[in-house]
Amino acid sequence: MSATTTETGTTYVPAAETLGAVLAPGARPQRPSALSASITFGWRAMLKIKHVPEQLFDVTAFPIIMTLMFTYLFGGALAGSTTEYLQYLLPGIMVTSIVMITMYTGVAVNTDIEKGVFDRFRSLRIWRPAPMVGYILGDMFRYAVASLVILVVGLILGFRPGGGAVGVLAGVGLLIAFSFAFSWVWTMFGLLLRSEKSVMGVSMLVLFPLTFLSNVFVDPETMPGWLQAFVEVNPITHLVSAVRSLMGGTTDTGEVTLVLISGAVLVVVFGTLTMRLYNRK
Amino acid sequence: MTELGTGPAIETSGLIKIFGKNRALDGLDLTVPAGTVYGVLGPNGAGKTTAVRILATLLRPDGGEARVFGHDVLRDPDAVRGRVSLTGQFASVDEDMTGMENLVLIARLLGYRKPGARDRAGQLLEAFGLTDATDRQVKNYSGGMRRRLDIAASILSTPELLFLDEPTTGLDPRSRNQVWDIIRIVVAHGTTVLLTTQYLDEADRLAGRIAVIDHGKVIAEGTPGQLKASVGAGSVHVRLRDASQRPEAERVLSKALDAPVQLEADPVALTARVAGEGIEHAAAEQAARALSELAAAGITVDDFSLGQPSLDEVFLALTDHPATSEETAA
Repeated sequence: MSATTTETGTTYVPAAETLGAVLAPGARPQRPSALSASITFGWRAMLKIKHVPEQLFDVTAFPIIMTLMFTYLFGGALAGSTTEYLQYLLPGIMVTSIVMITMYTGVAVNTDIEKGVFDRFRSLRIWRPAPMVGYILGDMFRYAVASLVILVVGLILGFRPGGGAVGVLAGVGLLIAFSFAFSWVWTMFGLLLRSEKSVMGVSMLVLFPLTFLSNVFVDPETMPGWLQAFVEVNPITHLVSAVRSLMGGTTDTGEVTLVLISGAVLVVVFGTLTMRLYNRK
Repeated sequence: MTELGTGPAIETSGLIKIFGKNRALDGLDLTVPAGTVYGVLGPNGAGKTTAVRILATLLRPDGGEARVFGHDVLRDPDAVRGRVSLTGQFASVDEDMTGMENLVLIARLLGYRKPGARDRAGQLLEAFGLTDATDRQVKNYSGGMRRRLDIAASILSTPELLFLDEPTTGLDPRSRNQVWDIIRIVVAHGTTVLLTTQYLDEADRLAGRIAVIDHGKVIAEGTPGQLKASVGAGSVHVRLRDASQRPEAERVLSKALDAPVQLEADPVALTARVAGEGIEHAAAEQAARALSELAAAGITVDDFSLGQPSLDEVFLALTDHPATSEETAA
């Protein structure tokens, strides 16, 4: 960290007039709406990105590595050529990368909650979930950045989506919407667990099986029956199918609806648990 | 300023909070009159911060009642939140953000529109002498500047009740004086201040009334004068020129002050408690008499001072144990 600076110029002497002026009970503004408070916290998350840009590393370098690694690792073996495999893999690797970085929401909540500034937020008369929604709004920006990075890398490597720009945009939109819902799992763990390390540990435990035991890398037909059963109920499988269909120009309305429903369930269940923990903290 | 007439700013009765096996609050009764600085004095782990956190709606009590301007903290937390502000023991500002951004954030959360929020933030930065540091990240602020920004953020809403949880702990003397001046100005404008502190001196200078708490209970309450009267007026510290005269000095002092005399590690130093009747000059008179008796006995005194009772002495007088933390802080 940089050195602490001391006061420059003349020493500050609290003056009755200037302090009195700011203490004059002027017209207090109206309490902000739920949306306005949430967006303000989202703005805070963006400011933190501005001041600590290193934290964008995991939404730029990490997705590039993931895409390159799996395209060249499995491409030749599974689909005969990397370009061909990419058509199948890219939507899935995008889902995997974004879903994996949702865990940083939990890490951010966990590191913030111990700080005094969180007490200030909690003692303000605002819509209670606003700070949590703010984190996730800021993270949605990060998800958008990561999606864009993966898309660009994919296009360079030869990904040619059949759904065109509209299909790709719809796919990314659905993915970010689902990630918003999924992030509530991490706000809950961020409040529940004692340290940043345990949040990371739990999220790895949840995320690895959820993303790898799915249809991201290979067709589930090749798996043993018991594994197929898990893959079939895994929400990530349905998310990948839906995104793949949107990007490929063969929209599967059933899968898209399923994803939206599971997202709504995630928000209701984990949003409620998060707020219960938040209020009890 | 309150909507509910002239009732007390804070009223708690039998407040209880338990963390595991530790009873952080064990039947806390407080009544804080509106429009004053009220001091809550106690060592680490006495329950000061726990009490403040319950009153600021950050923590739910396990028993008892707490009202802020007549609003129950459990039943109507939003009404309480609309009237109070908290400056916690640890900086309640965001280190990564600039001073301006911190204040704009709070202003926006209070409902100011964007231009209004910037104006308000700018005025506060100026009033708190932080204009030069407007666009600097808070992690590069000095301790005193950080504390001032913290108080500025609390005052942004012009609260009716301001909680200051050990606002001067860890500050250098100059910054501490600035915080004291700010508190005096704030209370002169009608804001009630609940000040927690470990320093009797600080409570004495600022507070109209003081509650001494220990193990989650109020063990003494009153004006600073009443409190000191119950404790004794302080101690006389004497340094002799000649260490060989110390046994004689001890005898003279103990007779003159009618109190036990403590021999310090320094072979020429002695300390004696002055009983005092609660009136400052009585203590000074007694000390002066003791001094002249030392001179009459032919003992040369190099240095002499009359000290206020320390928190340790207050605790020794009020309880049977010294004011050391038992590492049960919440």
